[in-house]
Amino acid sequence: MTALGRIMATSVAGTVPKESLRDAYGETLVELGSADPRLVVLDADLAGSTRTQLFGKKFPERFFDLGVMEPTLMTVAAGLALAPRTVFASTFAVFAAGQAYNQVRQAICYNRANVKIVATHGGLLVGPDGGTHQMIEDIGLMRGLPRMNVIVPADAPSTRSAVRAAAEIDGPVYLRLTRENLPRVTDGSFRFGVANRLRDGHDLTIVAVGALVARGLETATELERVGISTRVLDLASVKPVDVPALVRAARETGALLVLEEHSVETGVGALVAATVAEGYPVPVRRVGVPDVFGESGEAWAVLDHFGLSRQRILDEAWELLAQRGKVH
Amino acid sequence: MAGAPAGDATIAQLESTAREIRRDIIRMVGRAGSGHPGGSLSVTDLVTALLFHEMRNDPAHPDDPARDRLVLSKGHAAPALYAALAHRGFLPHEELLSLRQLGSRLQGHVDRNKLPCIEASTGCLGQGIGMAVGMALGARLERQSHRVYAILGDGECQAGPTWEALMVGGHYRLANLVVLLDRNGYETDGATESILGIEPIVDKFAAFRYHTIDIDGHDFGQILAALAEARTTVDRPTAIVARTVKGKGVSFMENTHVWHGKAPNAAETERALAELADPPAS
Repeated sequence: MTALGRIMATSVAGTVPKESLRDAYGETLVELGSADPRLVVLDADLAGSTRTQLFGKKFPERFFDLGVMEPTLMTVAAGLALAPRTVFASTFAVFAAGQAYNQVRQAICYNRANVKIVATHGGLLVGPDGGTHQMIEDIGLMRGLPRMNVIVPADAPSTRSAVRAAAEIDGPVYLRLTRENLPRVTDGSFRFGVANRLRDGHDLTIVAVGALVARGLETATELERVGISTRVLDLASVKPVDVPALVRAARETGALLVLEEHSVETGVGALVAATVAEGYPVPVRRVGVPDVFGESGEAWAVLDHFGLSRQRILDEAWELLAQRGKVH
Repeated sequence: MAGAPAGDATIAQLESTAREIRRDIIRMVGRAGSGHPGGSLSVTDLVTALLFHEMRNDPAHPDDPARDRLVLSKGHAAPALYAALAHRGFLPHEELLSLRQLGSRLQGHVDRNKLPCIEASTGCLGQGIGMAVGMALGARLERQSHRVYAILGDGECQAGPTWEALMVGGHYRLANLVVLLDRNGYETDGATESILGIEPIVDKFAAFRYHTIDIDGHDFGQILAALAEARTTVDRPTAIVARTVKGKGVSFMENTHVWHGKAPNAAETERALAELADPPAS
């Protein structure tokens, strides 16, 4: 193994084209609506931002913008779903998972209503809006709900697949999208309960969701320069989670680094750590937002500020590798 | 059955059925040792009028897409609905005494996944009305003729989401939606008007674009007439404010919040059942 000391992150060329996950969602909704005349879409005065407006323009009779009432967005969605029919309901993550938590819990999950909540503006990357709108607890809240499925796609192509997969299953789904455009990092596939292995390796596994998947791949490239072989798993299907893939990663690579734009207390890092602890205990490090609220700033600067910079990720990877005796 | 003219014989039959349901409520809550008798007794006549006269429903086909829907937004009045459903033939009468027991289909608050004839799981106030609005919207989208009935509690009218949902019903002119308010005047901690007044409640519904009807919620003649009037209201939803008595029919439970969420003991159960016995034949 390499004997290099701490390595410095190099600047990554910004030439990779980025795409909007929200556009991918809105366009897929229109496709689904064309195929299924019973599909209904609801929003709560954010249809332009969430892109449900694309569906609303095409199918105005099946689109309801209810105004600023997130709790009732969820109960009306549940009532429509009990008809029965498939219902998509969208708003920002802070409102979907926060403002309407108990309606999601009871009207949707407890009732077993076939509602797909697509929450945009999840995580720190709503930057300038500040801590009030930077929802970093939603994955924890939603994955804790019985019957709920949770998806966090990493790019636009996999968002399209994920939205289709959500429409196909019978049951509640929480699908979290980031506002920022993101580079393509997957082959565009999504399957419930399957971790997407984007890169194979044997020294370390990086598990990431959403915007952090690209940073995980960049980190793997940096580590490759010094001879470290890194596996990268896109854990878009947060729930159901791919337990075998995580346990296999623990057994085959000996250490896991988890990256997420979410509180480390309740997010994907906590989930991976618990899964690995039960299945094949090896060192796990969680890189996410510490137990604090965010604040205003340019989106990517906020991400760096709250501990998700490329250098911090690389440093955490390095310490894990040192712990395993793979670097000195 | 639905829409049949309400003669004296019909009303006498409904009154008799309601008395049986009230007796079952006392037995169930007494046996369970917990539950909500006050608000179950106050809503009994409304539930009876709906299930035994107004609504299109068939115990042999509980999933019939054409059935009318009843959402008990005040889900804590579950004993009244369970007892009425049992008398209507949707579940075995002997099952009623399993209320709140482990493994029972009769959860403390109604659960549609345990009991197929329940339209929506409710219990957290302010949610059932939203689901009812969604159902009414769905029926209109499907051009289906069934109607949706939602029963609200008056404490529930203090909850913001109740008014969010009512606003949606009014905005979309959901004429297939009928909201019935069980205005018994009491909530868990005391009298509604002393805790957080909701009057003038009829005006509030009117301001939210509902056709309003103010009735005595224990007078079957008025209840059936109001439901018939709602049927003929085709340009907006109807809100029926039913003035009721908390704990109706059991003297020591009437007009107090004390029996909102408290079960009678064995002696109290016997006293209550004696008061609810059939009146002597005249």
